[in-house]
Amino acid sequence: MIEVKDISKHYGRKVVLDGVDLQFPIGKITSLIGSNGAGKSTLLSIVSRLLAQDGGVVMVDGKNVTDYKNKVLAQRLSILKQSNHVRLKLTVRELVSFGRFPYSQDKLTDEDNEKVDRAIHFLDLEDIKDAYIDELSGGQKQRAYMAMVVAQDTDYVLLDEPLNNLDMKHSVQTMKTLRRLADEWKKTIIIVLHDINFASHYSDYIVALKDGKVKYCDTTDNIINEKVLEDVFDIKISVTEFNSKKVCNYFM
Amino acid sequence: MKGIKKNFLITVLLLLAAVTLYLFYNMGSNWEFALRLRGVKVAAIIVVSCCVAYSSVAFQTLTNNRILTPSIMGFESVYLLIQTLIVFMYGDLTFQVLSGWGNFLLSVLGMIGFAFLLYILIYKKGKDNLYLLLLVGIILGTLFNSLSSFMQLLIDPSDYFIVQGKMFATFNKINRDLLWPSAGVLVILLVVGFRTTKYLDVLALGRDQAINLGLNYNRAVQLFLVIIAILVSVSTALVGPITFLGLLVTNLTYELFKTHRHDVIIAACCLVTAVTLLSGQFVMERLFHLSIPVSAIINLVGGLYFMFLLLRVRKL
Repeated sequence: MIEVKDISKHYGRKVVLDGVDLQFPIGKITSLIGSNGAGKSTLLSIVSRLLAQDGGVVMVDGKNVTDYKNKVLAQRLSILKQSNHVRLKLTVRELVSFGRFPYSQDKLTDEDNEKVDRAIHFLDLEDIKDAYIDELSGGQKQRAYMAMVVAQDTDYVLLDEPLNNLDMKHSVQTMKTLRRLADEWKKTIIIVLHDINFASHYSDYIVALKDGKVKYCDTTDNIINEKVLEDVFDIKISVTEFNSKKVCNYFM
Repeated sequence: MKGIKKNFLITVLLLLAAVTLYLFYNMGSNWEFALRLRGVKVAAIIVVSCCVAYSSVAFQTLTNNRILTPSIMGFESVYLLIQTLIVFMYGDLTFQVLSGWGNFLLSVLGMIGFAFLLYILIYKKGKDNLYLLLLVGIILGTLFNSLSSFMQLLIDPSDYFIVQGKMFATFNKINRDLLWPSAGVLVILLVVGFRTTKYLDVLALGRDQAINLGLNYNRAVQLFLVIIAILVSVSTALVGPITFLGLLVTNLTYELFKTHRHDVIIAACCLVTAVTLLSGQFVMERLFHLSIPVSAIINLVGGLYFMFLLLRVRKL
């Protein structure tokens, strides 16, 4: 389980995170929502050790993240950020193979190759596995990077706004993939989302951040509620039910 | 992969051809003497080529930028400043005061010391920002260049020629006593460097991905910065400012070898650099009869190629 205790972070005088305490349930999708500047991405970066916190600890399976060897932690926890514009001459399969680096570095075993192939199959990349990633569309590239994270085969998968720059079809596809990762592969997924409808449809739990603090932290059903959302986003939001799923309308 | 193997083979053959041509062209009657003289130059060219290739490719991967070379960190400015200072202080007595070894060690230690000071200043302050490092390097480099120019204005015009001789890379007056020990150091470093190319492969994916894949990012970057600093310092002290070559040869290599694997890229880049340098040296000796420095030829070709890159490629 991932647990964060009393995390704080500030840039100069500006406080970005202020005493954040959270536990992320195993095998579930937890969405982080909140306005711009609420601290969602900062929190995710701290949990994934991309950014050092100013106070507090992050525990993975009961052990402080800083006590892990880098290699071991990379076998437990993976992070996918959005700024992935490399211009390397790298094929999709080669990129996915990097997911096995924490295990075998550059000498892939049969097991590694099997996991790479499975990840490619899982994200339906077989047709383009030999294509260079700098020649792919945004959606394909996103899938290739997801496949790399799948090949890394970590219990915890963290994603920072994976739906950015994706059209509706690819957004839905991405969320469905994550759902399957949680349901079939028992992965614990933490994800930063902007569109609350995606959060409402695909996540089990929602954490709402506001001004660097955890404002709400509950099951999706309890968070997707007009009063709660208005409090988090400071705009009027109406929630209606459609096919037994809640839909938020905030174009008011 | 097939195309890469083919290109690799062609480059190896080209290098063999270049070495053969350089060694045996128009040997004259005293072939033993000519061969020994040329052999030293070829050895120096190959060693320096590997240094330039490794340091440039690694540096471009670290900075994720294909138009930079390690010279941006100000190594060569430090070198020129030291040379100018020595001449400024001792004038035409320079050669009596400092032996080849003395000057060599002073230059190497000066450059490595400068680089380490820069690293320590920036990393000790907890700012793991590579671009800050480059920025400070550029500014200090400019400062040192200005200081050198200032002193060059003050010194005797005839002393200035001594400095001028140091401003361009040259293989014509390689000090053989210096060549073998420094070649030893460089070869050891290159072996270490080649054993760690897999980390460069991961670093090329960017900081976040490198950390995600379990690399100790800061330590890996520091390791490569140290290797680069020593390679550049020793090769610069040996033959003079040479890193501009890095821009030409790395981009040529990226064009010819479309792979992300640094072991392939760097090995290929060593070959390409050696071919470039040998042909430059050959043209300079045979066509221009030593009247212009080899770096002038390479800088001319490199400069033209650079402009071509800017005009042709939209994204560098």
